[in-house]
Amino acid sequence: MKALRNSFREISRYPSAVFGLLIILAIVGLAIFTVVTIPYDEAIRFWRGAEDTIYKNPRNAPPVWYNWFTKNDLPASFDVTSEDTEEFTKTVTPREGGNTYDFSYTFDYSYDTPPQEIFLYIRSNYADKNPFVAITLKTPSGEEIKVSDFGATSRSFNFRFNQDEGLLKRLSRLHGRTITNAMQGLFTVLKSDPPAVDKGTYTMDIKVTGFEPETDVNLELVMHGVVFGPFGTDHMRRDLTTAILWGAPIALAFGLLAAVGTSVLSMLIAAIGAWFGGWVDELIQRVTEVNMILPYFSILIMIGTFYSRSIWVILGATIALNIFTGVIKADRAIFLQVKESTYIEAARAYGAGDWRIIVRYLLPRIIPTIIPGLVSAVPAYVFLEASLALLGLGDPTIPTWGKVINDAYQNGALYKGMFYWILEPATLLMITGLGFAMLGFSLDRIFNPRLRGM
Amino acid sequence: MTTEANAEPIKIDYGKSAAASTFKRIGRFMAMRLVLQLITIVIGLYITIMIANMGGYVDTILRAEITEQVNMEVAAMTANKQVSTETRMQMAADMIRMREKTAGLDQPFMLRSVRHLWNALRLELGRARFMISDHGSRMVKNIILEKLPPTLLLMGASQVTLFFVTLFLALGLSRYYGSFWDKLVVTLSPTSSIPAWFYGIFLILIFAAWLKVLPFGGMASPNPPQDRWLYFLDVLKHLILPASSLFISGFFISVYARRTFFLIYSSEDYVDMAKAKGLTSRDIERKYILRPTLPTIITQFALLMVGIWTGATLTETVFRWPGLGTTIFRAVQIYDTAVIVGTTIIMAYLLAITVFFLDFVYAIVDPRVKVGGGSN
Repeated sequence: MKALRNSFREISRYPSAVFGLLIILAIVGLAIFTVVTIPYDEAIRFWRGAEDTIYKNPRNAPPVWYNWFTKNDLPASFDVTSEDTEEFTKTVTPREGGNTYDFSYTFDYSYDTPPQEIFLYIRSNYADKNPFVAITLKTPSGEEIKVSDFGATSRSFNFRFNQDEGLLKRLSRLHGRTITNAMQGLFTVLKSDPPAVDKGTYTMDIKVTGFEPETDVNLELVMHGVVFGPFGTDHMRRDLTTAILWGAPIALAFGLLAAVGTSVLSMLIAAIGAWFGGWVDELIQRVTEVNMILPYFSILIMIGTFYSRSIWVILGATIALNIFTGVIKADRAIFLQVKESTYIEAARAYGAGDWRIIVRYLLPRIIPTIIPGLVSAVPAYVFLEASLALLGLGDPTIPTWGKVINDAYQNGALYKGMFYWILEPATLLMITGLGFAMLGFSLDRIFNPRLRGM
Repeated sequence: MTTEANAEPIKIDYGKSAAASTFKRIGRFMAMRLVLQLITIVIGLYITIMIANMGGYVDTILRAEITEQVNMEVAAMTANKQVSTETRMQMAADMIRMREKTAGLDQPFMLRSVRHLWNALRLELGRARFMISDHGSRMVKNIILEKLPPTLLLMGASQVTLFFVTLFLALGLSRYYGSFWDKLVVTLSPTSSIPAWFYGIFLILIFAAWLKVLPFGGMASPNPPQDRWLYFLDVLKHLILPASSLFISGFFISVYARRTFFLIYSSEDYVDMAKAKGLTSRDIERKYILRPTLPTIITQFALLMVGIWTGATLTETVFRWPGLGTTIFRAVQIYDTAVIVGTTIIMAYLLAITVFFLDFVYAIVDPRVKVGGGSN
């Protein structure tokens, strides 16, 4: 206990160690928060990008904070339902042969660009005769634009403003020029050149006429802005929040398991070699030499393409290929020294067996010396997973930071200026890597007497 | 305190025989290493092939090659004859069976794997399924060897600069131990845990996407200049970013590791002795610090290089540099098994050659091999 406290005091003298430790704690905190708030199955479902998880999301939208860096104020997305949103009013007027529903939603729009798209979901429980819908939009400058009228021909009907040819034609007539984007036409001042956004209060009136008395109708209005959420969305309209958050526990699990697995196994094998000597030691040395010329990254690529992309298979292969490395040689050198100590001789004198000596007397001596190496090795494995993902060999089912970078790269995010897409996962990867590296380097200086004070 | 006495090291004329024996020693050392390295390569390649053939992929590559060849031959043989489709297919099937037997595909697994190993050692890597070399060849060997020069150019440019720049910077820093620059390097050394391709992404972002001063990637412009000199400049312009990212990624750790090493060695007694004798700091650095540390530094560099070969795959992919790495990337994208297995084998060869080459340099600079009757 006292030794532990002492080493903590030692660590606190190195600012980079403290800083690294804080980063690691923050990432671990983020990972725990993620695992608790977004269950694994939920994350997988989101990442698969089924329509019900992404319909509210615009495509390739930068995060909300992107607005802080741009001159233009870009519209955020919103989603309102007539059941849950109070401002989305619904008045039911009974009439002969059915009800008339008047929906109205008033919203402020003071952004500098039009939104991407507006969707209207009409959910009704009609039996035979489908209801009829008429939409009008009141603009701040007092215009009343008829958006469309149509029959909602299914129980959950989806109307997309941009796909209505009639609306485009009407808007073209109103503006006096060809309008190809309905949002451009609806949200700019009529006949303005260059198009200026009509800022102020908009009112969307939706009149639904039902033809069966027992029909009930509810609406959901979804506006796809240009920015979305804390992390933005990708080309498949998936909310990047899932991937960015879930990247943390996966990166940590992969990096730590690989680092611990290789370090512990290397140490054990080095101890066995050093203790037994002879052909065992010789064999371990030769295997290490062969392993050092094995192109382990290429072999991982081969395994990823031919056999399995499962992150656990790749993890196993990574550990297997990284046991016999220079670490074994370094550990072995220390074990050879320890082997000659008098306390080992004493253990032998009281009749301790080979394995008892290895486990009880050899291994504990070296554990402090392998910790810095272990911590410093974590970033390499975290980045290894990202590297494989960048080549398109990431686990397709699991959202990881590497996978996000791969998607971004494949879709030309750098060329098209969608920097958030790459910067978010890249920054997190970098912070995680730096945290472990800083702590590892400082630990190396603390535990390695030759480096003390250097 | 610059007395001339004792400053001159005692010169012993070893004469011709000593030089010859040194040469012989290095020769013997190298021959031993060469044999060991060859054995290592053979075992390494064998393991690589075993991994590749676990799902029968090497067999499939061979079989596909035979089938294609036979089909072409049958088509040529029966081109001007009236032969029914059935007979033609029968002919092809017989020939394929025969060829597969000659190729040893009906033999047991162990024998087959030895055969595959022999093919791999001779770089007989089979034919690619989809990929074609720039000269129109479908031999995997040609596809890969064609991409080797760009990779070597990129690696050479970045690694040689890295080695010498960091070596001399480290020497300088070890002299000013504790200064601002020294502390800066120590503080920044963890940044080397970030791989080169990662820096590459940021460099592209800054210099290509934002400042628009350097190209996004590739090795030459879409319409490269005809003039040799201009072409060279064009390639140089494309080389800056990928080489820099490899350089940056290895920079701080190399300077840090070497500087620490020099510091450890400069606290040795014989360095104090040399100082007491009044040798110039230049002489002390060269003869008493750099000399004994060089073998270790080269070993470290070898390990770094081995790691860099891996990193280069991705750095090339990120920059679309037309080398081995990009070839691997493309092969993975279109699932060209023969090329994937081929590149892995070539990578094993390259690693072995790197290790061997550095061993050779090691033998030249290590006094235990060169002068003393070393135990190596």
